[in-house]
Amino acid sequence: MAFIEVEELVKQYGTERAVDGVSFTVDEGEIFGILGPNGAGKTTTVECLEGLRRRDSGRVSVMGLDPGREGTELKQVLGIQLQESRLPDRLRVGEALDLYGSFYKRRADTDELIERLGLGGKRKTPFGKLSGGQQQRLSIALALVGRPKVAVLDELTTGLDPQARRDTWDLIEQVRDSGVTIILVTHFMDEAERLCDRLAVIDSGKVVALDTPAGLTARAGDEQRVRFRPSAPFADALLLDLPEVAEVARSGPQVAVTGRGNLLQAVTSVLARNHIVAAELRVEQVSLEDAFVALTGKTPEN
Amino acid sequence: MSSTLKLVQTEARLFLRDPMSLSVGLLLPTVVLIGLGAVPMLREPSAEFGGVRFIDYFAPSLIVMCVGVVGLTNLPVMMATYREQGVLRRMRTTPVHPGRLLLAQLLVNLGAALVSTLLVVAAGRIAYGVPLPENPLGFAAAFLLGIGAVFAIGMLVAALAPTIRAATSIASVLFMAAMFFGGVYIPRFMLPDAVVRIGDYMPPGVQALLDTWDGAAPSAVQLLVMGATAVVAGVLAGRMFRWE
Repeated sequence: MAFIEVEELVKQYGTERAVDGVSFTVDEGEIFGILGPNGAGKTTTVECLEGLRRRDSGRVSVMGLDPGREGTELKQVLGIQLQESRLPDRLRVGEALDLYGSFYKRRADTDELIERLGLGGKRKTPFGKLSGGQQQRLSIALALVGRPKVAVLDELTTGLDPQARRDTWDLIEQVRDSGVTIILVTHFMDEAERLCDRLAVIDSGKVVALDTPAGLTARAGDEQRVRFRPSAPFADALLLDLPEVAEVARSGPQVAVTGRGNLLQAVTSVLARNHIVAAELRVEQVSLEDAFVALTGKTPEN
Repeated sequence: MSSTLKLVQTEARLFLRDPMSLSVGLLLPTVVLIGLGAVPMLREPSAEFGGVRFIDYFAPSLIVMCVGVVGLTNLPVMMATYREQGVLRRMRTTPVHPGRLLLAQLLVNLGAALVSTLLVVAAGRIAYGVPLPENPLGFAAAFLLGIGAVFAIGMLVAALAPTIRAATSIASVLFMAAMFFGGVYIPRFMLPDAVVRIGDYMPPGVQALLDTWDGAAPSAVQLLVMGATAVVAGVLAGRMFRWE
């Protein structure tokens, strides 16, 4: 049996199926991503897995425990970081960890945890006076204070500035390296690409793809795009005649050429032969974001 | 240390750290008592109060305030805040049920109402010679049933109010009603008879406090109404409470 198993999970709200037959497995030590547009059913899926929500049908097993029937045992080994969950404003960092630590049988060394999360100087700072990034780190610390085997992190970096996001990513990798299996719910492509070993893309309550980030990108095709501003006008046919080129599009002075294979070299050599200089030349590879759009027909942010 | 004990300790700390709950919840009734007692006229026996002093007559109304401030405003607003800010939700992710956090809140607020009442009784006695309740057992019964009724209503507000704002508004209306009928805003001898009769049965039940303070037996009907209110509102609150 896999470390975490979700099979044909269904959760219905009224007549709407928020989760409609989701299946995946997660291996021990993995960072597993659950990716999808807002309202796709990501959070409901992990809530059924955490035992915070009762599933309507399907089978879920986390380390051999059923979240529905063995929720309390499961919560001893599960660390959960929720989106938008605060603490009392006047509760201090050290007190919060001490309090939450008392809920678990195997509590972590809170001093070490505070240091590891870069909150060493903030022990006596009340929650309400912490920055967004510090609150988020405290939230991760609370999810880790019971020395969990599995951590579920939901929309971890939403609302953080770019530096705080990168720091958080490093932290997650450290946590995984310490032997914790991680399920990461996100709608950020860069985050998924950077951190996840494998990903499930969920859309309208269904898994539409399950693969490594590289595998998903490859699925969207090896298409590339070359953009530049030509020094002299030329006819589209000049490029369209090339076997590598599929499409030529113009917007203002800019030309965007889409195609496959050795597109960049084909385009630049034709331009050079015609004494056209390509200024502001850029090559764009297919990203996970393109793969996402291809799979769901939606942009990740909406 | 058990997690429940730790929760009580934490909630007590947070209560004392909040300047509002500390000053209004614990100290305000005593400050009002001391302030009123500083007026010499209110320390003289007067025919209007049946030959007793205003300060003696008014002390039970201040107990209504002690219980009301904590049970009708602090308690429901704190619980609604914990729900709306996801504090209860976060507790659900741990092996300890969030019900224990609410229990801790309840215990801390009960403790605060008790301390604030003791302060009023002690300050009255020491500063102005207000006698201690002369029927202590009856007074204790009236106080405990009254506090039970008020806190159960506070819990029901927390259970029903969808937001912090709603909890705050409902709580302040109920608080003002309890204060008005309890004779805090206008002494009861100045209120119309109908209002006084309603006040007899309005939690926490000022008349039973007054009677037992004077050494008389409390009215059984008044005590029963408090007990019934505590049970009915408490059960409804337990049934209807939403964790998210």
